[in-house]
Order: sequence, then C-alpha cells, then structure tokens
Amino acid sequence: MSYIKKPVARHPSLKPNTLGLTLRDYEGAMSTLCAGCGHDSITAAIVRALYELDTPPHMLAKLSGIGCSSKTPTYFVSGSHGFNSAHGRMPAIATGASAANRELTYIGVSGDGDSLSIGLGQMVHAIRRNVKMLYVIENNGVYGLTKGQFSASADVGSKSKKGEANTQAPLDPVMLALDIGATFVARSFSGDKAQLVPILKAGLRHDGFALVDVISPCVTFNDHEGSTKSYKHTRKHQLPILEADFVPFAAEITADYPEGAAHSVKMHDGSMVRFRKVAADYDPTDRANVASYLREHQRAGEVPTGLLYLDESSEDMHRAAKTVKTPLTRLTHEELCPGNAALRKLQEAFR
Amino acid sequence: MRPSDIGNPDYFHKVVDCQWACPAHTNVPEYIRLIAQGRYTDAYMLNRESNVFPAVLGRTCDRPCEPACRRTRVDEKPVAICRLKRVASDLKDDVTALLPRAPAQKNGKRIACVGAGPASLAVANDLMPLGYEVTIFEKSPIPGGLMRTNIPAFRLPAAVLDEEIDMILGMGVDVRYGAPVTSMKALLAEGYDAVFVGSGAPRGKELDIPGRRDSDRIHIGIDWLESVAFGHTDRIGERVLIIGVGNTAMDCCRTSRRLGGKDIKVMARKPRAYFKASPWELEDAEEEHIEIVINHEPIRFVIENGKLTGMEFQRFESKEEGGKLVQTKLDKVFLPADDVILAIGQEAAFPWIERDLGIDFDKWEMPVVDKVTFQYSRPGVFSGGDAAWGPQNIIWAVAHAHQAALSIHAYCQGTSLTERPPQGMTLSSAKMGLHEWSYKNDYNSIGRQKMKHVDLVERFKKMNVEVELGFSAEQTAREVERCLNCDLQTVFTDSLCIECDACVDVCPVLCLTIAPDGEEADVRKRLSAPATNPKQDLFASGPLPQTSRIMLKDEDLCVHCGLCAERCPTAAWDMQKFNLLLPYAGKPCKTR
Ligand SMILES: Cc1cc2nc3c(=O)[nH]c(=O)nc-3n(C[C@H](O)[C@H](O)[C@H](O)COP(=O)(O)OP(=O)(O)OC[C@H]3O[C@@H](n4cnc5c(N)ncnc54)[C@H](O)[C@@H]3O)c2cc1C
Ligand SMILES: Cc1ncc(C[n+]2csc(CCOP(=O)(O)OP(=O)(O)O)c2C)c(N)n1
Ligand code: SF4
Ligand code: SF4
Ligand code: SF4
Ligand SMILES: [Mg+2]
Repeated sequence: MSYIKKPVARHPSLKPNTLGLTLRDYEGAMSTLCAGCGHDSITAAIVRALYELDTPPHMLAKLSGIGCSSKTPTYFVSGSHGFNSAHGRMPAIATGASAANRELTYIGVSGDGDSLSIGLGQMVHAIRRNVKMLYVIENNGVYGLTKGQFSASADVGSKSKKGEANTQAPLDPVMLALDIGATFVARSFSGDKAQLVPILKAGLRHDGFALVDVISPCVTFNDHEGSTKSYKHTRKHQLPILEADFVPFAAEITADYPEGAAHSVKMHDGSMVRFRKVAADYDPTDRANVASYLREHQRAGEVPTGLLYLDESSEDMHRAAKTVKTPLTRLTHEELCPGNAALRKLQEAFR
Repeated sequence: MRPSDIGNPDYFHKVVDCQWACPAHTNVPEYIRLIAQGRYTDAYMLNRESNVFPAVLGRTCDRPCEPACRRTRVDEKPVAICRLKRVASDLKDDVTALLPRAPAQKNGKRIACVGAGPASLAVANDLMPLGYEVTIFEKSPIPGGLMRTNIPAFRLPAAVLDEEIDMILGMGVDVRYGAPVTSMKALLAEGYDAVFVGSGAPRGKELDIPGRRDSDRIHIGIDWLESVAFGHTDRIGERVLIIGVGNTAMDCCRTSRRLGGKDIKVMARKPRAYFKASPWELEDAEEEHIEIVINHEPIRFVIENGKLTGMEFQRFESKEEGGKLVQTKLDKVFLPADDVILAIGQEAAFPWIERDLGIDFDKWEMPVVDKVTFQYSRPGVFSGGDAAWGPQNIIWAVAHAHQAALSIHAYCQGTSLTERPPQGMTLSSAKMGLHEWSYKNDYNSIGRQKMKHVDLVERFKKMNVEVELGFSAEQTAREVERCLNCDLQTVFTDSLCIECDACVDVCPVLCLTIAPDGEEADVRKRLSAPATNPKQDLFASGPLPQTSRIMLKDEDLCVHCGLCAERCPTAAWDMQKFNLLLPYAGKPCKTR
C-alpha cells in the first residue's frame, strides 16, 4: 500500500458531470491491495461508470463480503453507503437493503471465493429473486486474501504458484447464472476498460440482477506461467464476441452503427444497449443460443467476453412482488404496521 | 511513434521547468531540498556553482524560473524559488573554506576584462581557479556595475553585494578602479591573451521633446540612481513624474519616495497588460503609495520663467481589438512636477572601440557577438552581459560569463571554440523501501508564502533599510514543501511492464496512457487526458511485451508523487533523481 494520499492536483480537462462532480470526486481511500492487482483496475472502471452515469454518491450503496475483492468498495465513492458483510453473505444483506429501500443504487463486489465457495447459496438466490443490483465478481481463481489457495473457479490443470495443478472441475459463474435464469450476464477483463465500463453502466441500469464476472489477475499469487487467470493468459485467450454500447435514456443518439449492429435492446428505464460486432451466429437475447455458444468456445480454451446475455423483459424483485413504489424506509409507521384489525383481515383471507 | 530518447540530458532537463528556464540552469529542486534539510551552506554552494551570486540574486533576480514553475500549471502560484535562495544565503555558515581558490602557480595567461559588473566578475570567478591572471578595468571607484550603482540599497544591501564580490576578488583579481578603458586599440596593445568586454549598457535613452534641455530638474533614470548610490544626490522635489514603466522606473519612484517625494506618479503610455516591469516590482511600488497612471504620452516639458512646472500629456483611450492594442486620442492634460525622471530604457555604447580593429559592428553600432562562442569577429576578444546584446539582467550576465569563460579557456588552450563541451547527466534510483523514497513525494498543496516587509514609516527613514524581511523559519518550512521535486523523474523500462494499468489508474493528473502505437497525431487522440502544453514532451515507450501497445506519459502536469512507481508491481516505473551536469571552463562533464 502507498503511505501518501493521492495528491489533490487535478487535470484541468476534468469535466464535471450533471451533478457538478468530476471523475476524481468518485474516488475513495487509497487502495491497500498489492500493487498491480486487477481489482484496482476494476475499481477505476466502477469510478468511471458511476461518474458517467451522474450517480449521486448519497444514493449509492456498496456491499461486499470478505476477500481482497471485497475490500475494494472502500476505494471508490467515499461519500456513499457501505456494508461489509460476513464472508459470502453479501447477497442476503443486499436483498434486505433493496427490499427496504428500492431507491438506492446497489453495487455488490465479491470474489470467486466469496461468491462461488462459501457464498454460492447466497448468490444463486439473489439471482433467483432478481434483486436489482450490479453484482461484480472479481475473479482471480484463488483466495487472494488468505494467500492464494485455489478457488472454485480455478481451471483444471491451472498451476499454483508452487507448481501444483488443480484437479477439481471449476464452477463457472456465467454458465451457472445463465442456467438458473439470470437476466443480465456478462464477462470481462480488468485489463480491458473499454469493454468493462459500458458493461458496468448497463448493469447499473438493468432492472434486476446484473452479474458481471471480471477476470482480475492476482499479481501476487496467480500471475505466473501455467496459471489460466494471469494477465498474459487472459490476454492471449480473451475472445471479445460482441461489443456493447450503453446509451443512457434521454441522451442524444448520435453514433450510428452501419456494420454488425445486430441488436438494440431497450432497458426498463428507457436507456439502450446497442450490440456491435456480434458474431453472425450469436444472439445475446437467446439464452439457449448463448449457453451453447459459450460452452463450445470455452471448451476450445477461449475466454469469451462481453455483455453475453440480456433479457429485456426482466422484472426486478419489487416489480415481480408488486410492492409499493415508495421505498419502505419512507413509509410511516402506520402505513408499515396497519394494526391488529388489518392483520386479522389478512389472516382471514387465508382461511 | 518513435520511443523517447531519455538518454539525451535535454529530455529530463526540460521536465525540471525552473532549471530549464534559468539561464544559468541552477539546480533548483536540489537546493530547495537541501534547505528543507537545514543544509543551508550546501544549498548556497550548489547555487554558487551555477549562478555565482546567490545572495544578490536571492533578492534581485528577474527569476524567469518562477513563471515557468510547474506549480503555476498545477495550481496558480509558483514556488518562491528566488526568496528561498535568499534563505540559503542568509543562513549559511562561513563558506570561506569551500570557495574556489586560485593556484599559486599561474598558467601564464593574462586576461583583461572591461568593467567590474556581474559579467566580468563571473568570468574572473571561472578563470582564476585555472591559474589565469585576470585584470579588470573599471571606470568607477567600486566594483559591482549596475548591481551597485542602480539597484537601490533598500532592495540589495551593500554588505550583501560586497560579500559575494569579495569571494571572487579575494582570489587575487587585479582590479584597476577609476580606470576607464578609452581605447580598445591601446588595451589590445598591452598584449593580453584574451579580452572580455563586460562594460554593460550604461547609456540611458533620451526623450527629445520640447523643453528637454531647458531645466536641470529633468533626470536620466540610471544616471540619477547612480548619483543617489554615490551620495551625490540626496533629495528630490515633492512632486515627481517618472516617465516609463519598466523596472528602472520602479526603482526611480521608490527611491524618490525615500528622498522627499510625496506625490509620485509613474506615467505609462499603455495599459497595465503591456507593462515591462515585473508584477512583483509593480506591487512593491504600489505598496509605497506610488500612483501608476496609464494611457498618457508625454508631449512637452512645461517651463515657466526658466523653471520646470510640469509636463503636458496626450491622453488615450485603449481597446483590445483582435489581440491588438488600439489607442484613440482623447484630450491633453497638464500635470505639475518639481522633478521628472526619464526611465524609458538604456543601451550600450562603444565610443571607445576603434572601428579599424577587425571588430565588426552591426547597423545599430553594436559589435557583432557570436551567439555560441561569445567572441567578436576579432579572435581573442569576447563579450557578455548587457554589453553583448543590450540590457538584460544579472542572471543572464552570469550565464553569458560562463560561456565566455569556456571560450576564453578554449582559445588560450588552442582548442575549438565552436565545439561546445556537452552537458551530461546522472540518474539514480530514489527507492529507499517498498513505498519510501529519498525525497518527500507528498508535496504541500498550501498557497505561496507571502514575503513580509518592513512597515512603511520605518522603511522610509533611511535609504538603505532593506524592505524585505526574508522568510521566517515557519514560512521556509512550508514553502520548501510546495516544490514538486521535478528532478525526481519517472523512468520507464518497457520490458518489465505487464500492462496491469495500475499506474494509469492511480495517477492523480491523468498523465499516463497505454495505447496502440501509431502516428503521433493519432496517438495523441488516445490519451487519458489531452496533452495541451507544447513545451512539454509526450513520453513514448517501445512496444510492451504482452500486447505491443506503448506506454505514454504527458510530462506536462506530473507532480512527481511517485504513485505510479509505488503501484507498479514490477518496478517498470521507477523514480530516479536526475542530475544535470554542466560544463564550466576547465571542468568538462565526466559522464554523458
Ligand atoms: C535601475 C536598474 C535596476 C535593475 N534591477 C535589476 C534587478 O533587480 N535584477 C536583475 O537581475 N537585474 C537588474 N538590472 C539589470 C542588471 O543590473 C544588469 O543587467 C547587469 O548588471 C548587467 O551586468 P554587466 O556586467 O553586463 O554590466 P554592468 O552591471 O552594467 O557593469 C558594467 C561595468 O562596466 C563599467 N564600464 C562601462 N564602460 C567602461 C569602460 N569603458 N571602461 C571601464 N569600465 C567601464 C561600468 O562602470 C560598470 O561597472 C537593473 C538595471 C537597472 C538599470
Ligand atoms: C467464515 C469465513 N471463512 C473463511 C474465511 C477466510 N477467508 C478470508 S478471504 C477468503 C477467500 C477470499 O477469496 P475471494 O473471494 O476469491 O477473494 P480474493 O481475495 O481472491 O479477491 C477466505 C476463505 C473468512 N474470513 N470467513
Ligand atoms: S493478494 Fe492477489 S487479490 Fe489480494 S490484493 Fe494481492 S494481488 Fe490482489
Ligand atoms: S509521479 Fe506518476 S502518478 Fe504521480 S503525477 Fe507523475 S506520472 Fe502521475
Ligand atoms: S503499473 Fe507497472 S506493470 Fe502495471 S501497467 Fe503500469 S508500468 Fe506496467
Ligand atoms: Mg479470488
């Protein structure tokens, strides 16, 4: 970690967004992660996405579990809400928070250990409930914080720093999410912000659970020869199969995409995701097609990336449950607790 | 893009904005760090090496370094580089033992210098230690040139000037006072091995308008200041008009204030944005309740019954049109005055150089001086300071003198004058630990410290009360930390980079970019933030190992915080201390 705070000097070209905040106003504390950790790059991408979306810091909640990845919410948007939960329990906390206050923007940051081992049951249920949140898995194939044990996402044959090969089959969060009905599924790479930032922005605007699995090399324990989650390996095998542009609602649509503009998907709030450079035989709105396409390419050792699947009809937990529009936190005691008579009446309805 | 050539000393020198802007290339950040460590003597000696008169310059320098200072681009006000120089000189110990000494055994070469101003003195400073016998001919009874006769004592106390001149003369320079050189031919006939003309630009410009010759209360600024310095003039009328608004005018008006002037006006033809005086000199004058009047052009002196009563001026209205000043005439006005001082410029004059000596003169009757060798068209005769290309300032006189001394030495050794000895550099890693550096990378974002002045009543009591009090210990402690350590360079090793983006992400001023290579114009479009300062380089690496993209760094706004190097997992970025090596006469640089 660095001992000094980031100097206050700023580049004069930094432009304020509609809230009057510059990119640097979305920064947090100095990172204490190892120098060169992929997670820090993802933090920088999140900072940019939130700045570009004009997110009011006080309307943002950052949640995480345990791990190097789970430490990172401290490193962006100092002036927002935050919750650092027990290992793997962040999805439940996020579900509860979202239930209580549907107005906040929720970002969950997790690791492959946090989400795929101890927290797997938690994550899948948040997906099932379609909790409206951006859920980022910073995937490095190891438990970084506890010094580099293989995680559940480690590929068979991938080597540990000491040279041992992993023998257990990996859990793939993207395939898993597709399989259990996730409505927004993406994969990206910490070293590719041009791809990652628009995905994060679309995920923040998605009406439901937006899963973004980001390959994020652990420089200290998993960036050696023989690792399948290193910078070098990921660069060699990354296969960007489509490009997504996020066009916020009300923004003037100036760019035109003559070539390969296969799909435009309108999101619940009116913003658009425009897919470009899509492979001819790929349809990001067809779950079965996506699953088989990915399976085929992953078998060939490739790492397909992009906003892989998007269900435009997604309805988040609140819409599905038809809860009131007003956040529960803003209801009066009387509205939340209408009294004995009302309870009796409700129970009567079940007899 | 072609990878940047960081082996050329100019590359990193340019990043050290102040040092690059200083005519003598004083190693500013290093002396500021020495002051921060309380090593005032070392700071003084480091200064002396390049600028010869640190105590004088710490009070009077024109400080081209300050407008160049990186802090002006990062947050407005430059580091008080000049006044920190004064701190070093005020607090230094006895430096006698550290000063250069002339060898007892002379080298047999005799050099004549004309004038004992800063130019000639600095030539003597460089040549005496090499065994030269230097003789200075000076028309005045004391040494120092305009530093003595024109810069008023309330800005530069005589004792300060004496101390630094004595450091040079103490090496055994033979100075002939009261000895004006009236014939170059005669001087050349004395058989010196080389001659240096450091006679300055001693002639004040005239204002030939009606009435100029009809009163003895109209003075030429530099002559008047000289007569004040020598004690020949010790009073002036209550109402004084100063014509011109350069630095000489500022010294004239402030001196008038101390000699009895009450209603003092500095008369300018143009509006403020066009003034020649340094902003700080203007501020200091206005603090002393000097009125600065713009848009007035003198048209005649008004003399009644043989007595000066004032001046008539044409008034103008000024407008900027398309970046140009457009002045339209208004009415004429009369302003009363007891004395008028002309401060509209000065020039060199060479009635004493015969025109048949093989010394070429240009159409302005100035001897032609070679810009590289500082030699006249006649071999063996050199020049520098105000005498060479007209009035400049002390630091330029010193910079010229170093070059002239190099030439004189080469000339006497029979080596080439045109092949200048190259500059050199050293780079040494500043890494002391994981995140520890041999410098303080956390600069202080506080504003520039304000110099305290003696109060008005006190300062007007005597001519020689020094106005500036110098920085207090607390002010010094704060000011040194404002420096951005621009000599602590970011040095990149292509082969080590794994393109993790950590440096790009952490840089507070968005200096860094990793992007595909291409034509420079295209690459510039891909930068993290636009590089808008053409005076600062865009660093480009060679192809990076994993993707063949290149690392780019806009040097313009880097604050040398070292965070890129701290966040780099492979030490591809390192902070390294750059030390520019300058050649001096008899002392070429060892490394290149
Ligand atoms: C009013 C005023 C204020 C200034 N303030 C500053 C300031 O604050 N900071 C700054 O950096 N610069 C200042 N300057 C400019 C600075 O003083 C000069 O640029 C500098 O002194 C030039 O040095 P020099 O050695 O070339 O010449 P000079 O300093 O002019 O020295 C020339 C010497 O040669 C002698 N001489 C001339 N002709 C002959 C001859 N024929 N024979 C023998 N001797 C001769 C003169 O008597 C003089 O001593 C100021 C100038 C003026 C007029
Ligand atoms: C209940 C519990 N069990 C085990 C741990 C130990 N532990 C801390 S972090 C961690 C794994 C983190 O891995 P991951 O989520 O991939 O994060 P990374 O550090 O790799 O970013 C484990 C097992 C714990 N803190 N709490
Ligand atoms: S141990 Fe690995 S995951 Fe944790 S901070 Fe270091 S590089 Fe990042
Ligand atoms: S030292 Fe490095 S991080 Fe700091 S401003 Fe300069 S380039 Fe940016
Ligand atoms: S931090 Fe180091 S390794 Fe990472 S991109 Fe920058 S220079 Fe390369
Ligand atoms: Mg992990």
